[in-house]
Amino acid sequence: MTDIVRTITPAPTPGAAFMRALKSFALIRESWVGMIGTGLVVFWIVVALAAPVIAPFEPNATLQPFAKPGVAFTKGGIFWLGTDHIGRDILSRIIWGSRAVLLYAPLATICAYTVGIVMGLAAGYFRGWIDELLSRLADIILSFPVLVLYIIIIATIGASALNIIVAITFASAPGIFRIVRGLVLDLRNRDYVAAAQTRGESSWQIMLVEILPNARGPLIVDACLRLGYVIITIGVLGFLGLGLPPPDPDWGGMINETRQMALAFPHMSVFPCVAISSLILGFNLLADGLREISLRD
Amino acid sequence: MIVFMCKRLGFMVVTMIVVSTLLFLLLEIDAENVAVGVLGPYSNDEQRRLWLEAHGYFEPLWLRYGTWLMKFASGDFGQSIRFNVPVAEVLWPRLWNTAILGFWTFALMIPLSLALGILAGMREGSKLDRSISVTSVTTTSIPEFASAVFLSAIFVFWLKILPGTSGMSSGFEFKQLILPVMVLVIYDFGYVARMTRASMAEVMTQPYIRTAVLKGLPYRQVILRHALRNALIAPFTVIMLQINWLLSGVIVVEFFFAYKGFGALLLEASLNGDIFLIEACAMVAVFVAVATQTIADVGYTYLNPRIRFA
Repeated sequence: MTDIVRTITPAPTPGAAFMRALKSFALIRESWVGMIGTGLVVFWIVVALAAPVIAPFEPNATLQPFAKPGVAFTKGGIFWLGTDHIGRDILSRIIWGSRAVLLYAPLATICAYTVGIVMGLAAGYFRGWIDELLSRLADIILSFPVLVLYIIIIATIGASALNIIVAITFASAPGIFRIVRGLVLDLRNRDYVAAAQTRGESSWQIMLVEILPNARGPLIVDACLRLGYVIITIGVLGFLGLGLPPPDPDWGGMINETRQMALAFPHMSVFPCVAISSLILGFNLLADGLREISLRD
Repeated sequence: MIVFMCKRLGFMVVTMIVVSTLLFLLLEIDAENVAVGVLGPYSNDEQRRLWLEAHGYFEPLWLRYGTWLMKFASGDFGQSIRFNVPVAEVLWPRLWNTAILGFWTFALMIPLSLALGILAGMREGSKLDRSISVTSVTTTSIPEFASAVFLSAIFVFWLKILPGTSGMSSGFEFKQLILPVMVLVIYDFGYVARMTRASMAEVMTQPYIRTAVLKGLPYRQVILRHALRNALIAPFTVIMLQINWLLSGVIVVEFFFAYKGFGALLLEASLNGDIFLIEACAMVAVFVAVATQTIADVGYTYLNPRIRFA
């Protein structure tokens, strides 16, 4: 009996699901919007990885204040994007700053997804009071204007990398929870879930092995979009002076430090803005391309 | 319908109460902390004790919360530590300034995004549709602080035609409002345009549109009479919910342009640990957000005949 059930319901194993996700990812070639997005994201990943090799100067070294873009340094080398008010090379700081963004943004997104998925699976699968409780909780957190929530949390618990991740998890998990819950409500009535229940698999095994891999499509698109939002959030917090502590380069923080000089020396804040906008654009275009492909089949 | 409205209003009240509890617990559970905040770090224990006693902080927590909530509901928000005046005195003028900013943002953003969304959704997949979509993705990818930097580099540093700050130090000047409004419109219109487009594109595939076209109605009439009525229901909700986003956006824009509004006030209060001001600002922000969500929900039900008559 078990054999028959197994043959008619090929349960997707995590490995196979991953391979299929990889294959659908390769389809991104068919969407030029997605290709541009992938290009931008890959560009910044390469920059972040190669930072020690390609950065022309030490990111925190005080060299020559208020240099305009293209000015040559007296001890050799050129400040391609100029220097800031205390003489740090802006290009090097942007290059090194990409590491902070590309480390903390995915980390915060993964944390938010873990919490959101576990809550969403539980609410959608068990229903009942768990669902009611978690849904109301999500409604309440989502009724806050996002940035108000971030400012209050960070101002209360202090600005540090860990606290930023905690705040982002707290504020984004309810949104992910809603999406996952909706998907689970649809998937929990499928035949393969009933078959797994008949086989006597445990609830969490069914949720994680049977349901979750089948909900991956919309979640991957949402993850790309959300990664863009998280990058904006980290940037905004840095810009408001609530971001990663100085002196290590952080794009939002760079804009905050040079904001007052933006009207006299726009190069100090314009280039970090270009960097952060291009990375966000990359993730948004990638999400667009993925959605286009997922709608096609 | 009435039952639904009551339910929504009830939910709104419950949300406000839960949020107020959370805020109260977060900021005032440690009474000692409140006293340090109000009297400053150099006050001694005796002064703090006297202050706490005078303001009823030795009562049990639930009683403190009850009194606080009662006072709050009657409009007594307490004394601002930073400005040294009653919170209400700073709050309302600031809120009014932000309302002006929000009004102009919406006055420009709504027609622009609806027009673009409808044009794009009318002929899905056309060149116009593609370029509008790519433009809106690009503009929503530029965070407010970045477009504020870009726009002031262009209009203030390079062209020198607009003022770079909007402090309104010598009375209200419309010129100082242009850049903040531009930044907010640029960031927000893309999302509404995309939602309008999606809604319009979906309506255009409906059988009744095909019928209208096939029975020989002029194309203008098909769009204006038949398509728009249904296509504009979804954007209504999106626009109402956009107010929630705007509350986040104004914080960044007001901070950048030194505009004396509600967002800048909230930020200043949080950075300085001005407890009663934070509480008042946060409650106002949540109230605005929840109220617009309620209006959006009720309005959507009212506008959609399929739900209204169900």
